[in-house]
Amino acid sequence: MTSFRYRAFGAAALACGLLAGCERPPVDTVQQGFRGTGMVEVYNPRTLAAQQALNTPPVPTPAASDDGPRASEVYKNVKVLGDLSVAQFTRLMVAMTTWVSPEQGCGYCHNLQNLADDSSYAKVVARRMLQMNQHVNSGWKQHVGVTGVTCYTCHRGHPVPQQVWFTPPEPQRNDWAFSLGDDAGQNRPARNIGLASLPYDPYTPFLLAGDSIRVIGKTALPTGNRHSIKEAEWTYALMMHFSKSLGVNCTYCHNTRSFASWEGPPQRVNAWYGIRMVRDLNGNYLEPLTKVFPRDHLGPEGDVAKIGCSTCHQGAYKPLWGARMLPDYPALAVPLKTAAPAAPAPASAVAAAAQTAARRGCGGTDGRRPGCGKRRRRPRGARSGRGHARDACGAVNRCRRPRHGGRARPVPPRPHRPRRRGAGHDRPRRRPADAGPDAQGQPLGLRGPLGQGRPQSRPREEAGVRRSRRPRGGRRG
Amino acid sequence: MGIEYQNIFTSIQAVGPACMGVPLPENDSPRTGRQPWFNHLLGRFGNAQIGPIHLSGLALASIITGTLSINIMGFNMLASVNWDPIQFIRQLPWLALEPPPPAYGLKLPPLNQGGWWLIAGFLLTLSILLWWTHLYRRARALGMGTHVPWAFAAAIWLFLVLGFIRPVLMGSWGEAVPFGIFPHLDWTAAFSIRYGNLFYNPFHALSIVFLYGSTLLFAMHGATILAVSRFGGERELEQIVDRGTASERAALFWRWTMGFNATMESIHRWAWWFAVLCPLAGGIGILLTGTVVDNWYLWAVKHHVAPMYPAVWPPVIDPATLQGIKP
Repeated sequence: MTSFRYRAFGAAALACGLLAGCERPPVDTVQQGFRGTGMVEVYNPRTLAAQQALNTPPVPTPAASDDGPRASEVYKNVKVLGDLSVAQFTRLMVAMTTWVSPEQGCGYCHNLQNLADDSSYAKVVARRMLQMNQHVNSGWKQHVGVTGVTCYTCHRGHPVPQQVWFTPPEPQRNDWAFSLGDDAGQNRPARNIGLASLPYDPYTPFLLAGDSIRVIGKTALPTGNRHSIKEAEWTYALMMHFSKSLGVNCTYCHNTRSFASWEGPPQRVNAWYGIRMVRDLNGNYLEPLTKVFPRDHLGPEGDVAKIGCSTCHQGAYKPLWGARMLPDYPALAVPLKTAAPAAPAPASAVAAAAQTAARRGCGGTDGRRPGCGKRRRRPRGARSGRGHARDACGAVNRCRRPRHGGRARPVPPRPHRPRRRGAGHDRPRRRPADAGPDAQGQPLGLRGPLGQGRPQSRPREEAGVRRSRRPRGGRRG
Repeated sequence: MGIEYQNIFTSIQAVGPACMGVPLPENDSPRTGRQPWFNHLLGRFGNAQIGPIHLSGLALASIITGTLSINIMGFNMLASVNWDPIQFIRQLPWLALEPPPPAYGLKLPPLNQGGWWLIAGFLLTLSILLWWTHLYRRARALGMGTHVPWAFAAAIWLFLVLGFIRPVLMGSWGEAVPFGIFPHLDWTAAFSIRYGNLFYNPFHALSIVFLYGSTLLFAMHGATILAVSRFGGERELEQIVDRGTASERAALFWRWTMGFNATMESIHRWAWWFAVLCPLAGGIGILLTGTVVDNWYLWAVKHHVAPMYPAVWPPVIDPATLQGIKP
């Protein structure tokens, strides 16, 4: 009997060990589709309880009077909010301080001796972010609706929103013919993709460049859909980012039986606009600020912090669970009448705008004209270098995803020939030993606790040298 | 019914002189390996006698090519974590040797862009095929049927479809499966997504039937035999020839409960076919995917396999199809 007791104890211990990785039941399920089709949302009340504080908006301050002189008449150098009354202006400034830099105070952005001084990069960024905020609320109603966004939606009391992304660095590679260890941009335990072994940077191709996300065929039988399984993995990774960012299942937006079908929850339309909104903001508001930021605020590749779904959503299906802060701060709703023209961001703004325009026109940010899918029709000579294809119209395609689906008859791989810098290329090639026509599978790097020990980033000095060879902001200048 | 019959392990081990088996044919190579030995702990799970083994040239070649292949995978994984052995162990489930990017088609890619994958895959295939030959020859040498090698061949069929036949038909090595623990699972999910939900692939469904059926049959058979082991039911071969009380009770149990029973022999035929048909049907399903059918959901709609449900949500239009949408 004693041995039986030992066995029972051992079995119980094993069961406990196996169950330790699970969420504690019970969880709540909410049916949102036809019965029996699995169209349910799963919520864990304990997880939600833990998110309560994060999703509680700050109490608004009492509204200020619209009477009196305008801010632009009283203060110097007020370019975006000059049309507000002094009281409204001051109220918004105080609110921004509590939203963005509650510990650092006004001095985080302002020179306290001269509040009009623009020498602080943070002030230049903040001004642009105000414009972005107004742009989102007025131009992207398809995504933000009447709820809108404020600074607090992303910042939540932090000078830099906590959930931003950088393009991960490419790992160092040697030119040795027998080199090995290429991870194809995936196969690392990254939290942003739910610890799957999917590609760990779904942001750069989909949320910065406008690569086509859709891979599923539109017909039952093959009729020329050449998207590959590897491309599906990139899309899958992006969808994991959605799921993690919103704290929802696939079924929140998709019909379980066909991800491609639009016979499903209408939230998918909202998400569609969300993707375009994020691309717009990353390309037109954040990237142009690259040169404004000090070096240590930039990513390992020298790129500016960019936004994804989680930047606003932070694990909630709607940021702040749909709480409406915007009506209390109407100045953020639309660009004000007397506001100065946009783009105070210096230098790189023009270049970036040109780039985004080119991308929009040719690279395709609408999902229908995929930059990545056009490769087959692209003439051979129109390639700008390893991994960075160019569109027919010259938009740089930063996609590192694999292209070509099934019956690929691609441009054959060519042996690498060293080429002189600047010979018709605005982007120096990045990896000397890359021979493939597509040069995908370049490992990108990983942020997150489990990524330690992987080739995440090289020392700052080295990265700085690399960056100087490949200026991001002014590469078209 | 005491606890003594609820045995988890083999509780009685009869130890005698080592059994060297039946005489081999004249021209066959002798058994290799040293004198068989006994291990009590292993005897709790199976036969306590270890050996003799038979290491023919075929088996040796299989082991060598297989080891080479596993090493290529392992060193690529190790290199992908910067040769850090601790991270190699920590991240092992995530690491992989990936097939070439799809852009290479069926051309030979550089080593670090899938070339290693091709080499490792070739060596692994060679190893498996050699091992199949080894199994076949050993079964023949013992005068056995060749059921085991043919069951193994069913698995090889699925392996070849996934890694060779289908990629060749699709014209791209990039369609093949990566060598890795999680990566091959993610590949499976991505495969289903890309081809419009494998759930609607009838051969996939058939394969699952045989997979789950195998587990059901295994459970039924294992449970039945254990349940009559107190009557000597585990001596199945004797029961086949000379039906004893164990066999009669087991058979009656199933006739009582479901009206029909397999015999001591036929239950193994059931098991063999279910197990073999699982990868056979699955391989056909994989082979048809992408080559013949691009979207299994739409295929099922077309052939009235997928049921239609009442509309629950308000109809929406794909925004990408709207005119004047920005951007």
